Amino acid sequence: MAALALFADALVRAIPLILTGLAVALAFRGGVLNLGAEGQLIVGAAASAAVSIRWEHALGSAVIIFALIGGALAGVIWAAIAAELKRRFSVLEIISTIMLNFIAIHLVSFLVRGPMQEPTHIYPQTPSIAASARLPLVIQGTRLHAGLIIALALAGILYWIFRDTAAGFRIRAVGAGPRAAQSAGLIDIDWLSWKVFLCSGAIAGLAGAIEVNGVTFALYENISPGYGYTAIAVALIAALNPLGVIASGLFFGALETGAIALQRDFAIPSSIASMTEALFILATLVLGSIRGRSLLFSRRE
Amino acid sequence: MSSDAQQPSPTAVAEAADLELRDVSKRFGKVVALENASIKIQRGSVHALLGENGAGKTTLMRIAFGLIAPDSGSISVRGERVRFESPADAIAARIGMVHQQFSLIPQMTVAENVALGGRGRYDRNAVARAVNAISSRMAMKLDPFAMVSTLTSSERQKLEIIRTLAHDARILILDEPTAVLTPHDIGDLFVQLRAFASDGGSVVLITHKLRDALAHADEVTVLRQGHVVLNSPMAAVNQQQLAGAMLGDIARDTARDTARDTARDPPRHTARHTAQTSSPEVTRPTTVLELTDVTIHDDHGIERLNKVSFGIAAGEVVGIAALEGSASAMLRMIGGRLEPDTGRITRPERIGFVPEDRQNEAIIPTFSLTENMALGSAGSLSGRMHWTDVRQKTEAIVAEYDVRASSAMSAAGSLSGGNQQKFVLGRELSSNPGLLVLENPTQGLDVHAAGAIHERIRRAKAAGTAVVIYSSDLDELAELSDRVMVVNNRKISVTKADRNSIGEKLLDTAG
Repeated sequence: MAALALFADALVRAIPLILTGLAVALAFRGGVLNLGAEGQLIVGAAASAAVSIRWEHALGSAVIIFALIGGALAGVIWAAIAAELKRRFSVLEIISTIMLNFIAIHLVSFLVRGPMQEPTHIYPQTPSIAASARLPLVIQGTRLHAGLIIALALAGILYWIFRDTAAGFRIRAVGAGPRAAQSAGLIDIDWLSWKVFLCSGAIAGLAGAIEVNGVTFALYENISPGYGYTAIAVALIAALNPLGVIASGLFFGALETGAIALQRDFAIPSSIASMTEALFILATLVLGSIRGRSLLFSRRE
Repeated sequence: MSSDAQQPSPTAVAEAADLELRDVSKRFGKVVALENASIKIQRGSVHALLGENGAGKTTLMRIAFGLIAPDSGSISVRGERVRFESPADAIAARIGMVHQQFSLIPQMTVAENVALGGRGRYDRNAVARAVNAISSRMAMKLDPFAMVSTLTSSERQKLEIIRTLAHDARILILDEPTAVLTPHDIGDLFVQLRAFASDGGSVVLITHKLRDALAHADEVTVLRQGHVVLNSPMAAVNQQQLAGAMLGDIARDTARDTARDTARDPPRHTARHTAQTSSPEVTRPTTVLELTDVTIHDDHGIERLNKVSFGIAAGEVVGIAALEGSASAMLRMIGGRLEPDTGRITRPERIGFVPEDRQNEAIIPTFSLTENMALGSAGSLSGRMHWTDVRQKTEAIVAEYDVRASSAMSAAGSLSGGNQQKFVLGRELSSNPGLLVLENPTQGLDVHAAGAIHERIRRAKAAGTAVVIYSSDLDELAELSDRVMVVNNRKISVTKADRNSIGEKLLDTAG
C-alpha cells in the first residue's frame, strides 16, 4: 500500500511538471523564450482559488470547470503582459517573464494576507475549497487526481498539432527558421509568436489551477516549489517533443518524490535530487550540441 | 599590366609611398579574389580604386586594413614593411577605413561612438572638444552630443570619418562612400576629402562610379577579376580608357565567353537565338507586374527607389543590374515581401521568390525536404497537413529538377548548395507562378548547377512566366535577359541585354 501511495505521489508531482513542461515546449518550439511558466502557474493558481471559493456553493461541482478556465485565463493575461511588452517596446521576453515571476509571487503573498485570507486571519492562506470544487481522484485511497488525464491528453493534442496541422507546422517553422518562415512561407511571425506566447501562458495557468483544485485545495505562499523552472529542464530533456515531456515530467516527478522520501527516512539531503536534475540538464545540452555539430560537419555530400 | 605598378617612377623613388601593397594574392576556396595585385598610395593624394562588383576592390583594401590576411604579398606603410594581425594593428599604423555598412551604435551619442575603442576614462567634454576640433578642421558640422539614431546617413558617414581621424588616421580608406549620399552631400564629401589630402593625408576611394573618380581623384588603379589592369595618374587617362579597363576589352571578352560556352551546357547561343526581342514599352495586354510612382526605403531607412514606374509582361525576362545591396529592397517589393512606401504596385496572385541568402531565407536547413516543400505555402495553409501529398510533390520535384538527395525526407541542410538551389527553384515554380523573382540565383554554384538553373529560367519564360532576375554577374544578366533595368541613384534606366551597355549604365558614364 505504501508503495502504491509513493507511486501515486510521484505521479501527482509529475502532473504540474508535465503541464508546465508542455507550456515551455510549445513556446520554445515557436521561438518564444517564455521563462515565465512559474509566474503564469502561480497566477493561475490564485485565479482558480478565487473562482472556487467565490462560486463553490452557487455552482456546485460545475465550479471546477470555471476554476480551470479561470486559471488558464489568468495565465494568458500574465503571458500577455510580456507578449505586449515584446510587441510594442521590443522588451526581451527572457527578462520580462522572469520579472513577472517575482511579481506573481508577491501578488500571492499580498492576496493570502489580505483580500483572500481565511476568515480567522491567523494563517497566510485562503480557506480550503469545498469538496465539490476538487478534482476527482483517479485511484481511490491515493492523492492521484484527474489532472493526470488532462496532462496526458494535452500532451497528445500538442503532439498531434505539431505533427499533423498547418498551425503546428507554422509554429515549428517560425522556431526553426524565422527568416525563412517569413520570406519563403509568408508567415506573419510577430502575430504567430504572440499567439504561441498566450497559449503557453494558458497551459501554465491551467497547471496552477489543477494544482489548487487537485492537490493543495487552498492558495498559500510557496505553492510552487519552482515547477515553472524545472519545466524548462523537462522540456529541454524531451527535445521539446510533447510526448517526451510526459516521460521527462514523470522522471523528474519520481526524482523529487524520491528525494523527499530519502530525506525523511534516511536524512539524505534532498538537494542531491536538485544536483541530479542539474547534471541531467547539462548532459542533455552537451549531447544536443554534439549532435548539432555533427550535422554541421556532414553538410556536404 | 600589373607590373606597371611596380616599376618605380622617378618621383616615387624620392618619396616613399604612404601605403603600398605589393603582389597581393587571395583566394576564397576555389575563387580567386586577387592575383598579384599591387597598389601604391602617394602622400597627399586622392587615389581612386575602380572596378566592377566582385573585382576585388574591397578585398584588397580589407587586406590593407588588417581584416583579411593575404595568401601572399606584402604591405608597407610609409616605407616600412608591416604585418597586420588585426584592424587594431592597422589603426596603430594610422590607417582608417569607413566601410559600406556603418559600424556605429545608434543608441549612443556621437562623442561616445568616437570614444569607442579608446582606453582609460571616458571624459565626455574632452571627446567633445576633439570632435569639434576635427569637425571644424574638416568643415563638417556635427553635434558631439547628438544621438546617432537621429543622424542622417550623410551625418553618420561624417561621424565615421571623424572617428577614424580621432584615432589619428593619416590614410583614409572609404568603401563606396557616395552610395548612401545625396548629390549635394557628395559634393561636400569631396571638398572635405580634398582638404584632408592637402593637409598631408592620403585617401583611397573604393568606387565603381567613373564620374566621381574622374572628377575628384589624382590617381587611379583599376581592378578587374582580381588583377590590376590599369594604374595611372588621373590626368593621363580618359573616361573611355577607364571604362575599357573596368569592363575588359572586346577581344578578351570574346575569348573568355568561348571558354565559358565550352564549359557550360547548354551553350548560350541557343538561348540568344530563342530569346525573343521585346521592346521596352510597358503597356501591353499581358502585363503581369506594374509599378506606378513607387518609392521604397530599405531596412536602414535609405531610399532605394524614387517614384519609379515600369511594367513587365508575361514571358519576359527582365534583368536588374545594381550596386551590391541596392536592389535587395526592390526585389523584395516586386516579390511581395515588402510594400512600397508610396506609389502603386500590381502583382500577380502567385509569385515565386528565390532569395540570395538561401540558408536563412529560402529553406530551413534542419527541416526535411518535404517540410521545406510545405514551407512554400505555409502562410496560406489551414487545417490538417497532408504529408503524404506533400511528400509525393517533393519526390516529383526532386526527380524533375535533378536534386541529388537520398530521399524526400533528407534534411535540406545536408544537400550541397547547388542541389538546395535546384530544390528551391522547383518549389517556387511548382505553383505555376505568374512572376518569378530571383536574386543572384547562381552565386556560389558550380557550372553544372548554374547551367541547370539557367535552363529552368528559360523554360519558365517559355511557359509564360514573367521573370525578374538580379545578378551581380553582368554576363549572366546579358545571357538571360530580354532587357535590363539598371538601378542607379534611385532611378531606373532600361538598356538592351548587352554586357557593355549594362556596364556603362551601371558605371554612370552616360549622365
